[in-house]
Amino acid sequence: MKSLFRGAMSAAAFAAALAGGSAVQAAEVIKVGVLHSLSGTMAISESTLKDTVLMMVDDLNKKGGLLGKQVEAVVVDPASDWPLFAEKARELIEKEKVDVVFGCWTSVSRKSVLPVFEELNGLLFYPVQYEGEESSRNVFYTGAAPNQQAIPAVEYLMGDDGGGAERFVLLGTDYVYPRTTNKILRAFLNAKGVSDEDIMENYTPFGHSDWQTIVADVKTFASQGKKTAVVSTINGDANVPFYKELGNQGIKAEEIPVVAFSVGEEELAGLDTGPLVGHLAAWNYFMSVEADVNDTFIEQWHAFIGDEKRVTNDPMEATYIGFKMWAQAVEQAGTTEVNAVRQAMYGQKVPNLTGGMAVMNTNHHLSKPVLIGEIQDDGMIETVWSTDAEVVGDAWSDFIPESAKLTADWTYPWVCGNCEEPKYVKY
Amino acid sequence: MPFKSTARGWRLVIFLAGLLLLPSVAMAELADDLQGLRGGSYDAKGAAVERLVAGGDERAVPVLEAFLDGRLFLTDGEERMVIGEDSAGGYRIFDALSGEALGEVGKRDVSKIKINNKLRQLVKGSLGALTLGSKDRAARLRAADAVFRSKPADMIPALESALEKESDPAVEARLRRALAATQLANSDNKATRIAALQELAKFTDPQIRSLAAAVLVTDGAGNPTEPDAEVRAAAEETLKAIEQGLAFNSFLANIFQGVSLGSVLLLAAIGLAITFGVMGVINMAHGEMVMLGAYTTFLVQEVFRASFPTASDYALLVAVPAAFLVTGAIGVGIERGVIRFLYGRPLETLLATWGLSLVLQQAVRTIFGPTNREVGNPSWMSGAWEVAGGLTLTYNRIWIIVFAMLVFALLMVLIRRSSYGLQMRAVTQNRPMASSMGIRTGWVDAMTFGLGSGIAGMAGVALSQIDNVSPNLGQGYIIDSFMVVVFGGVGNLWGTLVGALSLGLVNKFLEPYAGAVLAKIFILVAIILFIQKRPRGLFALRGRALES
Repeated sequence: MKSLFRGAMSAAAFAAALAGGSAVQAAEVIKVGVLHSLSGTMAISESTLKDTVLMMVDDLNKKGGLLGKQVEAVVVDPASDWPLFAEKARELIEKEKVDVVFGCWTSVSRKSVLPVFEELNGLLFYPVQYEGEESSRNVFYTGAAPNQQAIPAVEYLMGDDGGGAERFVLLGTDYVYPRTTNKILRAFLNAKGVSDEDIMENYTPFGHSDWQTIVADVKTFASQGKKTAVVSTINGDANVPFYKELGNQGIKAEEIPVVAFSVGEEELAGLDTGPLVGHLAAWNYFMSVEADVNDTFIEQWHAFIGDEKRVTNDPMEATYIGFKMWAQAVEQAGTTEVNAVRQAMYGQKVPNLTGGMAVMNTNHHLSKPVLIGEIQDDGMIETVWSTDAEVVGDAWSDFIPESAKLTADWTYPWVCGNCEEPKYVKY
Repeated sequence: MPFKSTARGWRLVIFLAGLLLLPSVAMAELADDLQGLRGGSYDAKGAAVERLVAGGDERAVPVLEAFLDGRLFLTDGEERMVIGEDSAGGYRIFDALSGEALGEVGKRDVSKIKINNKLRQLVKGSLGALTLGSKDRAARLRAADAVFRSKPADMIPALESALEKESDPAVEARLRRALAATQLANSDNKATRIAALQELAKFTDPQIRSLAAAVLVTDGAGNPTEPDAEVRAAAEETLKAIEQGLAFNSFLANIFQGVSLGSVLLLAAIGLAITFGVMGVINMAHGEMVMLGAYTTFLVQEVFRASFPTASDYALLVAVPAAFLVTGAIGVGIERGVIRFLYGRPLETLLATWGLSLVLQQAVRTIFGPTNREVGNPSWMSGAWEVAGGLTLTYNRIWIIVFAMLVFALLMVLIRRSSYGLQMRAVTQNRPMASSMGIRTGWVDAMTFGLGSGIAGMAGVALSQIDNVSPNLGQGYIIDSFMVVVFGGVGNLWGTLVGALSLGLVNKFLEPYAGAVLAKIFILVAIILFIQKRPRGLFALRGRALES
């Protein structure tokens, strides 16, 4: 509430600054919009990211702000209501006049705000792994694209270390992210010689809580003489009863490993992970990674949130990287003007929390390492495999024929976000 | 490094002497093999595990067990291999070789020697190999199962000699299973393979089905990978035998799952059957009462964990009455504070309780935070009862069925046999008449609403065992609860029971064919059609409250 109030105050100051010219320049602030659900179903995941942005803003101000100005967060609550995301985005850009927005979690909320950002030429940093197949000049995707998460995870399962799986169960929540990811995975598996009869796809509603039949079906599917693995794109709350059922029905990771793309440390915090040891997760960051920069980040987070038990996770790292890159780009461009910042973003480097360097590419995706980890009995995820080098995020999947042709390259003036040939575009 | 063979007081492992006879392996060799565990790649670690087992030195066992449990560490700096036990500040560490206590270190002062699934299976199989001759029956069972899962070729003689000595029929059966599976996986001898397949046909088990099916797998061109036709025929026989058993078991499992889902629906709906069914209050905050019950369970559990950690398995038994009292009191408060002013105005009640539900949700979110809270399953509710292959009944579901039936029975007794129940029924059927007979209808209303809310809270205790304890817990159940009550017949508890169970069963029998999403839609449509035909539900109750 405080920041809302301060937001209103500074909006007034900003209006005064416009009217009075450069006389009140010193009073000007740089405003950062935070568009994460603080109530409703997604609050469980998104409220942590709101706190992460606030922590970063706090940190930046302690170091003297940006371009000599203080940075201020404007927090709104879209309440897990997808159309409300669009309204709040418009409010942030038009009324609050924020310079950048950090926000969204589910793909459906991102799709809902996309037209607003494109119409008003705003800037959105989206910090969550997603299904790809999208490229907007107004969005920077700091989470993983499918080739930075889903594809390497399935390759790992098929490989020797992962148990050499030949049959796959694709379990997902029924919405755009799991369906698109599974479409890409099916194409990828087919290309690798896995026939359709060795792939089972199953979708469940948001918040599904009775997993008895599905887990039993998985067992039956796995008893056909080939090593079977489960790829889970189950999202949000439904994961807890799913994992409880897995544990109780005694599905051991050594027999039927389950690799999840939406389960991180935060989701495991509500679970007794004893029976789940060895099940897998694929991300670009785990809290357990041993790196000095990670230790510092965890300490900073604990100090900010005032609770030693809170965990860190991948979308937090993505928010961290996105925020740092934006601050660097603003510093370099010398302004917060969107078109200038966008140009300055390309090639920005920020150290990953896992060691190595994240680079922003001209397709608005990051180069990041891919980590596969196994769940431990203390709720942490321990890396068991990682790529040797950073992987460049790919907006358009190579495994869907109609997307393979498309390129995403936003280096002005010859741009191409969703096309085969670049076009000459003025701002 | 010097090697002392001290007996370790904190760990007792017994070995099969006949298997591991090589008495004195050079100590340096053991130390070397142990050091191999730190190896950079998983393959190197795997090779070290294999050398350790081949060496057969029993002193390797505690180290392997620690490795398996993720308790094997290297100290930072001097890189000494140690075994860690949890302590308040981090780990108490012991030297992996000598067992010498090395004091306490912080969690970040040691780095874990990592293990992955493949290694875990190898270590489990190896440990199984080392414990096949244990005096403890349970340990032998575990060992036989571990060997069955990993099927190492060099275990065949050990299994055969263990079989000869075994007197316990249950262990013998498991050993036979492990032997047959290991032979099938490793032997090229036609007769051995056929005999193994015939032995396996006796077990109705999805994993065995998988083994037999693996014999029949065809390669990319459609040619069978098993060259011998007789072996293939034996595999087909085995498959057929197993599948018959599995089909019947899966039918039984379906019934169990249906009853289990039905009992969850019953628990969620039964409180509503009272507030909505008996009193006629459209209570949108019903789900939040369930949620508050779950949070009460969480609080009780935290108190137990802090004060009586040894008795934390029984926290749930305390949570049940606690949840009833807490949510019951809140229910009485809601009735006295809000609902009693709105009787006879269903629309306003609906809006007011809807608003209340949002207030309660946000209040919980503010107090406990938006993230899920962990409510552990007590040991008697974890795991599953393996009735037969393909028929595993999970303990938490079994207990929830029992609990739901118990709550239902108690409620029936309360309503049918107690004077309060009599008054409640009188008020429901004819309020002015009951009032003129001297019944304090206001008091009865408050108590009834409190009772309904209290039962919802008890449902929350049960749901905390299978679902998320989050502020949204209740929302997932409110629609289903209304569906059950309307379908079963408003105002009739038996209707709620039959409604809940039949919805659960229909859902579970539809799900394998239609999928979870379609099954839900289908049931919703079916209920809409049903209500068109019978607006009062399955069991219609005659009473004045409902005439209006």
